[in-house]
Amino acid sequence: MQKIYLDHAATTAVLPEVVEKMLPYFSGVYGNASSQHFYGREAQKALDEARDTIAKIINAHPSEVYFTSGGTEADNWAMKGIARAYESKGKHVITTAIEHPAVLGACKDLERVGFEVSYIGVNKNGVIDLDKLVSEIRSDTILISCMYANNEIGTIQPIEQIAKIAKERNIAFFTDAVQAMPVIDIDVKKVGMDAMSFSSHKFNGPKGIGVLYVRNGLKIKSMVSGGHQERTKRGGTSNVALAVGMAEALRLNRLTLKQDYAYVEGLRDYFVKRVEEEIPFAYLNGDRQNRVPSNADFSFEFIEGESILFSLDLEGIAVSSGSACSSGSLDPSHVLLAIGVEEALAHGSIRFSFGKDNTKEQVDYTVDKLKEIISRLRAMSPLYKLNSEIKKV
Amino acid sequence: MYNEKVMEAFKNPKNVGEIENYDGIGVVGNASCGDIMQITIKVENNVIVDAKFKTFGCAAAVATSSTATDMVIGMTLEEALEVTNKKVVEVLEGLPPQKIHCSVLAEEAIKKAIEDYRSKQGK
Repeated sequence: MQKIYLDHAATTAVLPEVVEKMLPYFSGVYGNASSQHFYGREAQKALDEARDTIAKIINAHPSEVYFTSGGTEADNWAMKGIARAYESKGKHVITTAIEHPAVLGACKDLERVGFEVSYIGVNKNGVIDLDKLVSEIRSDTILISCMYANNEIGTIQPIEQIAKIAKERNIAFFTDAVQAMPVIDIDVKKVGMDAMSFSSHKFNGPKGIGVLYVRNGLKIKSMVSGGHQERTKRGGTSNVALAVGMAEALRLNRLTLKQDYAYVEGLRDYFVKRVEEEIPFAYLNGDRQNRVPSNADFSFEFIEGESILFSLDLEGIAVSSGSACSSGSLDPSHVLLAIGVEEALAHGSIRFSFGKDNTKEQVDYTVDKLKEIISRLRAMSPLYKLNSEIKKV
Repeated sequence: MYNEKVMEAFKNPKNVGEIENYDGIGVVGNASCGDIMQITIKVENNVIVDAKFKTFGCAAAVATSSTATDMVIGMTLEEALEVTNKKVVEVLEGLPPQKIHCSVLAEEAIKKAIEDYRSKQGK
C-alpha cells in the first residue's frame, strides 16, 4: 500500500542535507558551547553561525535570536516573559480566540496570577477584526498577541497592521509564526513585531528546537533560570546540533521558497477544486485568499472527523482532524467554533496539509478514496437519512 | 490508540443500516457532542431476530455499534437488556478510556429500542 503524508502542518521530514549537516555535532564536535577550551569554542562557533544564519534570514540582529526547545516553549516564554516584564505598567493582555493551545495555555497561566486577558473574535473566514482589537485596548494593556497563520484553517492575519496599532500605542506585540515561517519570507523589520516564535520541524528541520525572536529593547523575563546561555535569558546547555540543523533547514527552505510555494499551492487548489466539485456537503474552512498555500481544511456534513481520519489511515493517507474525538475532549475545535461552524459540523472536520514532496497522483488518489469513504460513512449516518428526508419535505 | 479488534470492527462493521418495518427503535446521543447512535430491532417470540445500526460518530462508536448489535441478535429481550457497555468493551478487548462513553451509547440504544418495542406492544 502506498503511503501519502498530508499532515505537513503537524510536522515534516528532516531533509537528508540537514541530517548530514547536523551529524558532526553529536559525537565529533561534542563540546559544551559554554566551555572555554577548544572543544567548547568549536561548538560555540557552530552555534554562532546557526544564529547568524537565522538572524540574517529574518532580518534580525543575532542578539535578537533566542534558541528554545520549540514553538510551545517560545510561545509560553513570550506571553509570560513579556507580560511579567511589563506588569508594573499594567496587567491587561489581548489575544485572539483562535490561538494555538500553547498561547491560550499561557494566557490561562497569566490569568491565574492576576492578569486579565481579552480574547478577540474572528470573522467567518478566521480573520481578526482590527476595530474590535483597537476597541479592546486600555490604558493598562501591555501585550497584544496574534498568530501569524492559523494551524487549523491556515488563515493569515493582518500582522503588519496589528504591529502598527501596537507600536502607535507603545504596547508590545508578539506573533506566533510557527505555521507561517515555512511559507512566508518574514522580515521582522518590515513587519514590525516585537517578538515572534517559530519552530524548526515545520520546515524540514529537527524537532525539539525553535526560536523566539525578541526585538532589542523589548523587555522579557527569563523563564529558565540557572544558566548564562542565550544571553542569560534561557538557561540550559546549548543544543548545537539541533541549532545547526534548524539554521540549515531554514536556509534551504528560503532557497526554493517561491517555486515550492507555487507548487504546493497548485496542488492544494487542485485538491480543493476536486473536493468541492465531487463531494456534496463539503465546506472549506478559512479564508480563500489570506491563507497558507499548504492548508485545506474541510468540514464534511453528517459524519464525524475521526471516522474519516481512520478510514483514510486504512488507505495509507495521513491527515489530521479537528474533531473532539481525536483529542480526547468532547468539545470540537475552538478555532472552528470561533469562525461560527456549528458544533455537529465542526465534529466532521479534517485538515489536509500539503508539502513539496506530494504529487498530483497522490492528490487524485486521496480524492478518489475520500469520495468512497465519505459515501460509506454517510450511508452509515443517521443524520444523513434524516437530512435527506427533510430535504424532500 | 485502538486495538486490532476495534479497527477490524470499524473497517468491516456488521449490521449497518435500518430494518424496514422494525419493531423497535432507539436513538441516543446528540450531534453537538459528536455521537448519535440509532439501533432498530426485529422481534419474534420475544427473541431479537435482527438488529441494525446507523451511527454518526468516531471509530469507537462504529465498532461498539457493530459489536453490540451482533451480540443481541438471537438473544431474548431479557438477555439483551443485560448486555452492558462493559460486556461490549470486553468483546472488543478494550477501548481507550476517553472512548468508553461510546460503548455506553450502544448499551443505551439497545435498551431504548427494546423499550420502544415493549411500549408498542402495550406492555
